Amino acid sequence: MKRSLLGLFVGLVLSLSLTSLAGENPFHIFSILLKSSLGSSYDLGLTLFYATSLVFTGLSVSVAFHAGLFNIGAEGQLLVAAITTTVFALSFPNWSSVFAPWAAGLFGVLAAALWGFVPGYLRARRESHEVVVTMMMNFVASGVCSYFVLEKFRSLESQNPETQSLAPGYLWQVWDPIAKIFKDSPANFSLLIAVALSGIVFVILYKTRLGFQIRMTGLNEKSALYSGLNPQRQKIFAMTLAGALAGFVTFNEILGSSGKFKIGFSPEYGFVGIAVALLANNNPLAILPAAFLFGALQKGASDLDLETEAITRDFAKILQAIILFSVVAFHFIDFNKWRSWWKRKT
Amino acid sequence: MEAQDLASTSLLFSLLFSVARGATPLIFAAMGGLLSERSGTVQIALEGQMLMGALAAAVTAHFTHSAWAGASAAVIAGMLFVSIYAFFVLHLKSNQIVAGTALNILAVGIAPFVTKIAFNSTGSTPGLAVDSRFSMAPLIMVVVVFLLMSFFYSQTRAGLFLRFAGEKPEALIASGHSLLKIRWLSLLGCGALAGLGGASLSLFLASSYSPNMTAGRGFMALAALIFGRWKPVPTFLACLFFASTDALQIYLQGQSLPIPLQFVQILPYLVTIIALAGFFGQSRAPKALGQSV
Repeated sequence: MKRSLLGLFVGLVLSLSLTSLAGENPFHIFSILLKSSLGSSYDLGLTLFYATSLVFTGLSVSVAFHAGLFNIGAEGQLLVAAITTTVFALSFPNWSSVFAPWAAGLFGVLAAALWGFVPGYLRARRESHEVVVTMMMNFVASGVCSYFVLEKFRSLESQNPETQSLAPGYLWQVWDPIAKIFKDSPANFSLLIAVALSGIVFVILYKTRLGFQIRMTGLNEKSALYSGLNPQRQKIFAMTLAGALAGFVTFNEILGSSGKFKIGFSPEYGFVGIAVALLANNNPLAILPAAFLFGALQKGASDLDLETEAITRDFAKILQAIILFSVVAFHFIDFNKWRSWWKRKT
Repeated sequence: MEAQDLASTSLLFSLLFSVARGATPLIFAAMGGLLSERSGTVQIALEGQMLMGALAAAVTAHFTHSAWAGASAAVIAGMLFVSIYAFFVLHLKSNQIVAGTALNILAVGIAPFVTKIAFNSTGSTPGLAVDSRFSMAPLIMVVVVFLLMSFFYSQTRAGLFLRFAGEKPEALIASGHSLLKIRWLSLLGCGALAGLGGASLSLFLASSYSPNMTAGRGFMALAALIFGRWKPVPTFLACLFFASTDALQIYLQGQSLPIPLQFVQILPYLVTIIALAGFFGQSRAPKALGQSV
């Protein structure tokens, strides 16, 4: 934890000092980032909105990681969930019941779970590498999405590639307590789902037999095997759960805010989720602050276009990457070795 | 009759040409990925290296009015960029997927940072004149690279060392060779080739750098590499196959089809998944892939 924070700090300082290359004052940039991410209730709402999706993808990556697997397919899983929700809701527009959004959302989560199950199954039974399979599944997911959006449910009013809007019965806004606090911002009830899920995942991983089995598989597959577990089954389960968790993004994006599937709605939540999980050291509870931080970076950088001459919103990517690198570095640096090297020198 | 023949011949020719054009960046990147993965380093950052290569090529060609200078700059940029990855993966022994992801994200961030300073634009470089672009050269270069790579891979001592680094690094170390050196060199080679792949995008397929112009080609190249079982000749063929589904999909656009276009688009990825699942015979990764020794 200490190392993550140290890495975070150094990463922030490094990337902010880069801005002086473009002739900007790093402190000025930092104050813009702060103001734009936390300055008003609208800004905070947007930050929380991004953070919510990142909690889901961060949890997804970390659950797979606990089973010794790398889920870089969160992007595809969340796309599949979002399109399933959208297609379900657009296919039954007249169903108005309190259960409607939940049913649509859970169908999405189910589809995402399937999207996680496939690489898990192929890994466990056919020894195909989950990194490559999930990557391919990402492509397949975006192809499937563009089929449904462009060919089946395309909105005729909009110039952008997006679907028609969902019937109002599928949206939360009427009763959503979070949306009432952060007026006009897309923050919504999914924030509470995210907080609850990170608690649930924590309990599953650290307090139940199932979680113990998953972590044992990840830590030492052989000892898991010899103590009578079936590590392959744990892998399939972990990947399926990872898929489902990434799928919860559909609640935040589709049901909670936009009410339609826009192609390219995700600013790579799936990949930033890897950074979130890493910063949180794969601890489900630590994912909340880590996701908040990355959400704040995403939102904060969005105002750089207007507020500065030479820095664009894409600076968020540089921040994310350099923080990621520096956290990685601080995890792997052996301070004792340096200390003894220093002693030998002096 | 004859006119029809001529028309269909020229159609076939233009399709073949568009396949060859589309395959060029893929083959460069996949050959780079082959070097990296065969030496035991997972390479999911081809995308980022290609982006940097494309950017460096477009910027350099813009200022020097020479495509060759652009291509050289792309090689250097790719090598510099992959050095970050090599340092983290080989020296700090960090997780290769995490470092690769970070490298890809970094590339997406750097490009607009540079174009904003150099051209005051949010991500694109100005269009290049015809004389500072390539017309045919990359097609020849890519074949040469492929032939050299196949020869290097199966006929040279260095190629054997490369494969040992990925299959049984202990044996390499025991026989007195430096694993670190071999993996560094392979990664540098990977960066150079992926950079060239990027240059062929911005100087050959297009005429400037535009944001995210790789559009997943780095991952596609990796898929082709895996589909090609980490061997030069099958990888080359896989790249052609991937490029031909792409060309087919562009050709089919606007025609009424029994199946949706998007399904043609996802075909290569589905085939790769099926191949990976071992349904077309064994597809085995280098044994020590992803392990740091």
